[in-house]
Amino acid sequence: MLRRSLVKLVIGLVLLGNGVNLLIFLLGGLVRGNPPIITGTESVLGQIYADPVPQALILTAIVISFGLQSFAIVLIKRAYIVVNTDDLDKIHSTEEDDDY
Amino acid sequence: MITNLIILPVLLQFSLAIILLFFWKKIEIQKKLSIVGSILSVIVAGTLFNTVYGSEILTLQAGGWMAPFGISFVADAFSTTMILLASLSSAAVSMFSIVTIKKARMKFGYFPSFHFLVMGLNGAFLTGDIFNLYVWFEVIIISSFVFITLGGKKVQIEGAVKYFTLNFLASMVFLTAIAVLYGLAGSLNMADLSGKIKSIENQGLVQVTAILFLVGFGIKSAIFPLYFWLPDSYHTPQAAISSIFAGLLTKVGIYALLRVFSLVFIPDEFMKTLVVILAGLTLVSGGLGALVQTNMRKMFSYLIVCHIGYMIGGLGMFTVAALSGAVFYLIHDIIIKTNLFLIGGLVYKINGELNMKRMGGIYANYPALSLLIAVPLFSLVGVPPLSGFWPKIDLFAESFTTSNYFLLGCFIFGSIITLLVITRFWSEAFWKKMENRERRPHIRYYDQAPAYEKALLIIPILFLSLISLYIGIGAENIFRLSDTIATELVDNSAYINAVLGLSK
Repeated sequence: MLRRSLVKLVIGLVLLGNGVNLLIFLLGGLVRGNPPIITGTESVLGQIYADPVPQALILTAIVISFGLQSFAIVLIKRAYIVVNTDDLDKIHSTEEDDDY
Repeated sequence: MITNLIILPVLLQFSLAIILLFFWKKIEIQKKLSIVGSILSVIVAGTLFNTVYGSEILTLQAGGWMAPFGISFVADAFSTTMILLASLSSAAVSMFSIVTIKKARMKFGYFPSFHFLVMGLNGAFLTGDIFNLYVWFEVIIISSFVFITLGGKKVQIEGAVKYFTLNFLASMVFLTAIAVLYGLAGSLNMADLSGKIKSIENQGLVQVTAILFLVGFGIKSAIFPLYFWLPDSYHTPQAAISSIFAGLLTKVGIYALLRVFSLVFIPDEFMKTLVVILAGLTLVSGGLGALVQTNMRKMFSYLIVCHIGYMIGGLGMFTVAALSGAVFYLIHDIIIKTNLFLIGGLVYKINGELNMKRMGGIYANYPALSLLIAVPLFSLVGVPPLSGFWPKIDLFAESFTTSNYFLLGCFIFGSIITLLVITRFWSEAFWKKMENRERRPHIRYYDQAPAYEKALLIIPILFLSLISLYIGIGAENIFRLSDTIATELVDNSAYINAVLGLSK
């Protein structure tokens, strides 16, 4: 993300987003082979089970970050066409005192 | 009490935005629908505020799943006040945008995104679930991305790259914080978390999570080391868009900070000191930034940053009086900042210039209009009977009693800088003689506009100025309100009981 190229910036953002998703997954406490299903004879879950909440959260987070990332890709394409550079250091006309 | 009334502000904006999508290219219908919908939402927000203020906190458990398992929506005095303010200022902006937004931009979904944005704001104010808060934040930023790129000029795209990157980063930090919090406490309901967070053994990790939240919300609300994206992007879109950004987007970050740090993480000494220092530096650096600008809208952007410091400072001191001052300032600031950018738009329409050095002569040509504009400018500076003055009493006095002399100094510094900046703006744009210069053909000047367009430009400013006047002159009522809110923030048992359905 610290690169000056716009494309690499977006790649960094994508990686970051996926990293956070994995973090949610991990912090939910991974358990193998124990789905949170209450069998007919019991009324509460007996043993340690896989928490379904983080999975629901990740699903939401993936959808959101997917939307944001696709926006980012369109944005940098547009930025490349309009500004005609891929270099972040050359994007500085917002600091100039122009009027439009 | 459980009621479906709570969800109405969100639902109204949502259905309005969907209906507007059906009239994609028919902007005349869109304009009318948007105005009607905004007025309706003011009425709904007013009703909700009246029901909640002074009586009990309303809750809604989504889908009938009881808290802490389902998603809860909570309407207490604080959130309904914010919703009322959001709907008031969005109504004014919706009216202002009818004449200032170019037709081509309206055709590409200006109004639908506007109402999606307000929906996101209302949702963020109402939710009682921290992951749901994240989702509302995303709704807000996605709509704001549409706004900031709408038009596709060079500066806009460049501003958008910065705005996008920093906001995406903030969301990711926020999401990380949520993940760690869930791993620690096993809950996402803020009222439930409030009880659970104290029983966690690893308090060091809780502290780290709190810092992550501070950073995430800090980027969004533009506090000291994290504000650089704001003055680089807020001045690029058109006036109506900037004013909704200025009035509400950074303030939703402040709201989230106040909510999370009063409910989930009660600030300890270290946290208070940290927040106080950040507030002081925000005031100083924002103020200095505003001082050197000659571009009118960039100067206003720095003023936003500067004034964020007052609210963060109130949070940092964390006493009832200080929080009351912060909430009062928040109420005042939403209205005044929206108005300030609308005024910026009007001044641009009159002069056709954004550089203050090339402005002038507004007072000579439009004396009555200038007097109207003077009211919000004076309240911004904090001239006594007007709205900017009252919250400062609380904040100044409280920083004195809690012996935060550094913060007190920064408060005073911020006020003086604001005074200087606004005085300079007034003398450059209003009092200076207008030199004759050529008019640029692509701008529609104010005096070329027909009478009804002039009215639509002035009515929103008048409307917001009247609200500011009321906040100033009826300060007693606002104080009572902000005291109620601050008491509820410090003693959060009423909120928790209402959400979890416990008896009092």
